Amino acid sequence: MTTVTEQPARTLEKGYVGQSIPRKEDKRLVQGLGTFFDDVRRHGMGYVHFVRSPYAHAKIVSIDVSKALELDGVYGTITGDEVAISTDPFFEMSVEPGGNIKDYALAVGRVRHMGEPVAAVCAATRELARDAAELVEVSYDELPVLVEAEESLKNEVVLHEDAGSNVVWSGVFEWGDVDQALAEADHVVRIERLHFNRFASTPLECAGALVEYDRGTGEWTLHCNHQMPGIGAIWMAPSLRVGIDKLRFVTQDIGGAFGNKICLHPQYVVLCLLARKLGRPVQWTEWRTDQHTANAHGNERTFLDVEVAVKADGEMTGFKVRALDDCGAFPRYEPLGCIIWAQVTPGMYGWRNIKVDFTQVCTNKSPVSPNRGYSRMQHLWLTERIVDIVAAELGLDPVEVRKKNYVKTEQMPYETPNGCVYDSGDYAAALDIALDLVDHGSIEERRREAASRGKLLGFGIGSTLDSGTNNFGQSTLLNPDLQFSGNNEAASVKLDIFGEVVVTLGTVPQGQGHETTAAQVVADILGCSPDQVNVRRGHDTWFNSHAGFSGTYASQFAFTGLGAVKGASELLREEMVQLAAAVLQAPVEAIELADGMARIKDGPEEAALPFMALGAIVNANNAFLPPDFNPTLNHRYVCRPYFGMVDTEKKTGQLTLTYATQIHAAVVEVDPDTGEVEIVDYAAVDDCGVRINPQIVEGQVHGATAHAIGAALSEEFVYDEEGTLLTSNFYDYHVPHAMDMPPLKTGAMESPSPVAPLGAKGMGEGGGGGIHCICAAIQDALATAGKPIVSTSCNPPHRVWAMLRDPESSRAGVAVVSK
Amino acid sequence: MAAPAASHGVSVEVNGEQVELEVPARRLLVHFLRDDLGLTGTHVGCDTGNCGACTVHLNGEPVKSCMLLAVQADGARIATVEGLAADGELTALQRSFNEHHALQCGYCTPGMLMSATALLERNPRPSEEEVRVALQGNICRCTGYVNIVEAVVAAGGGA
Repeated sequence: MTTVTEQPARTLEKGYVGQSIPRKEDKRLVQGLGTFFDDVRRHGMGYVHFVRSPYAHAKIVSIDVSKALELDGVYGTITGDEVAISTDPFFEMSVEPGGNIKDYALAVGRVRHMGEPVAAVCAATRELARDAAELVEVSYDELPVLVEAEESLKNEVVLHEDAGSNVVWSGVFEWGDVDQALAEADHVVRIERLHFNRFASTPLECAGALVEYDRGTGEWTLHCNHQMPGIGAIWMAPSLRVGIDKLRFVTQDIGGAFGNKICLHPQYVVLCLLARKLGRPVQWTEWRTDQHTANAHGNERTFLDVEVAVKADGEMTGFKVRALDDCGAFPRYEPLGCIIWAQVTPGMYGWRNIKVDFTQVCTNKSPVSPNRGYSRMQHLWLTERIVDIVAAELGLDPVEVRKKNYVKTEQMPYETPNGCVYDSGDYAAALDIALDLVDHGSIEERRREAASRGKLLGFGIGSTLDSGTNNFGQSTLLNPDLQFSGNNEAASVKLDIFGEVVVTLGTVPQGQGHETTAAQVVADILGCSPDQVNVRRGHDTWFNSHAGFSGTYASQFAFTGLGAVKGASELLREEMVQLAAAVLQAPVEAIELADGMARIKDGPEEAALPFMALGAIVNANNAFLPPDFNPTLNHRYVCRPYFGMVDTEKKTGQLTLTYATQIHAAVVEVDPDTGEVEIVDYAAVDDCGVRINPQIVEGQVHGATAHAIGAALSEEFVYDEEGTLLTSNFYDYHVPHAMDMPPLKTGAMESPSPVAPLGAKGMGEGGGGGIHCICAAIQDALATAGKPIVSTSCNPPHRVWAMLRDPESSRAGVAVVSK
Repeated sequence: MAAPAASHGVSVEVNGEQVELEVPARRLLVHFLRDDLGLTGTHVGCDTGNCGACTVHLNGEPVKSCMLLAVQADGARIATVEGLAADGELTALQRSFNEHHALQCGYCTPGMLMSATALLERNPRPSEEEVRVALQGNICRCTGYVNIVEAVVAAGGGA
């Protein structure tokens, strides 16, 4: 790995932080001894199977569960009518019209997407539940179907009568003066239409939960894989008409999530109702086909009427665009996607004049949910498409035009036109590392060599930011009445009776290695080995180690999660030092924590207390401690990053705090006869500030790259005109396999964040860099074949083949007006 | 014609232990392992036989246990991920997965390990290409396969 390391301004002394220590989680996982939710068993538990709509849009005429109930071993059923009586619709975040949508845990009166749950059956076995679900008779009256956002906008068919419109949210964002920038430009480049396709990260473990209800206390325990319990509870408790204290979320190992396990509240509410109604634990494990059909797609977005202002020297001064986002049948986490993109409004560029006219609509497709790179990835794809289309049309070099327009390292920290602050980075330097890794200087020679074999070779760059630690106050830019702002995460650290260091996290890891990186941070602060630190697996509401926004999402563990761990560890350290000073009768300044002991610096060997002694004194042998000294050796800390308030008039503010850089570069070869794209060289360079564990960081880069390569070349949720999903399993929805992945080269640099507690930035999501660079590389490869424009994010062979056959039609929407 | 039997006696050797159980005729081998025997290390990641999270060894050969009925395994010898380090010592491959950061969420890992173990048994020093071919029936959504392939190659003694 190429590493260009600037000397980071660490707040910790050099220790375990910064080292690639092997993960603590692995020992159980490589033995098959992890505990995933589906591994949890309870006596007398019932298995739940959902009855799902075969139609994309229909009225529910009747539901008859009697035949299912007659089956031996069926414990019970639930339908939408019952849900409508015993729960309230979920809280909606939008203003009108989207705010008027009524979204229940099961379909009430109407189904709005294929696979929407209309009823649920609970039975003694998985097989029986499935059989019984088949016996539920549902009668439907089909309604006209909307699968295209642009059709939906016409409101000829309206999905949600309560809203009276398919528009969920719309608004205009304008910073600077884009019309003036266009008037003063030497060239105006117009792009009629770009389309970011629908896909999802499709975690290998599907969703699910085992839910227990305690009749005595009225409390539910959810053994589950929800990745954001803090917000999940905010949705669920009011719907169930209970206090938030009645919901206990327990997660252990989670088989990937990537944002796709944030919107599980509808299914979980059904499970809660069944557990209460049937008086037994109930378990639901989603089937793969159901996950693809009806759980969590990524946002699909169409960009219309793009106009870009370009100066004669290649400087881009602004752009405007109409963005049309398709959130599927229900705005579950939406309309937050209508603002999250604004964290990276100018991408990595110095554009000061930007206008985005944003509208989100419902269609008869699966609801969306956050998906790795949530909403920023779509917008960054736009900015990267703009740069490469402008470069191609004006004959500019994609490297030079980027370097000319990138925000410069000497401008850091850089305030964007909408008030976000890019905290640190050197984009041009990161690009240079990527160029070196793919031997950019040899591209023309390789192009000729490929041509001699009948292949079209192309090179492309994807330059992106992973914005981390988001300010929930940005929701008020969509709806000023929302009472959300800031962010928080909690952790607790204690020293137990035999000297065990025990850490509990509010975060909900799904493979990010939190147990390991948290242990590294704690070990450095307490002066022990990470092996001595037991970081509890998963999240448990009863640990009292969570906060309102607890979860693992939005690239923020490095900031808020580890910030909380650091804060709690420092409180514990202070007490341990005070305690040792009292016992050893030395001033606190003379005490150091090292090698698992508290000792007098440069003192005699016996002037040392092992952690066990400290733990035992406070927990079990404390009679001699003076009454005015009451150490607990048990500390909870909430990391609450400071954002300040957003300006709802100007639509500005610090929407997020850290900006990790990712520069991807791809070299592809296109087969002109088949349209097949082969990636022949690939590099990803990441700069996330201080890397707590470089190996884990690199692993995240690999994973984000694989998702992007899948999304760029094969992964797409394709619907027919009746709203039937055609790619509902891993046969039709092709994710990269080992044979599909090119060799990946990675590079790294460290520009420590001046605002993050450890100088470390969240980076797990990436910015979809692979999608952007592959689109650019395909366009470059086809430059000698009629110069088509790549206008979709997903380009499987049939689309590339179509561009090769008819380059003109893709070019029809692009125009350059030069003055 | 008599109705087909709803359940059958199944006798299998699992991780060296003989098991005899009456199982429903339609029960998948993976659910037999997970739900009846409590061997939850074998995972289910799809419903079409694509993902390989459920890979176990049947008479020494890697198979997807969601593509077999439990009754089809009658008389067979089965090895699951729990059997790899049965004596408490991790295998070289398991250690290599840890050292090379070849797992993130760990959900595909049991299947990967079983496919790779079978590869290493028949080809102790596989090349990178041979590893990729052997693992193409196992989907990982976290790692991009980079470190998995490295870990298997290293476990075979390759660089």
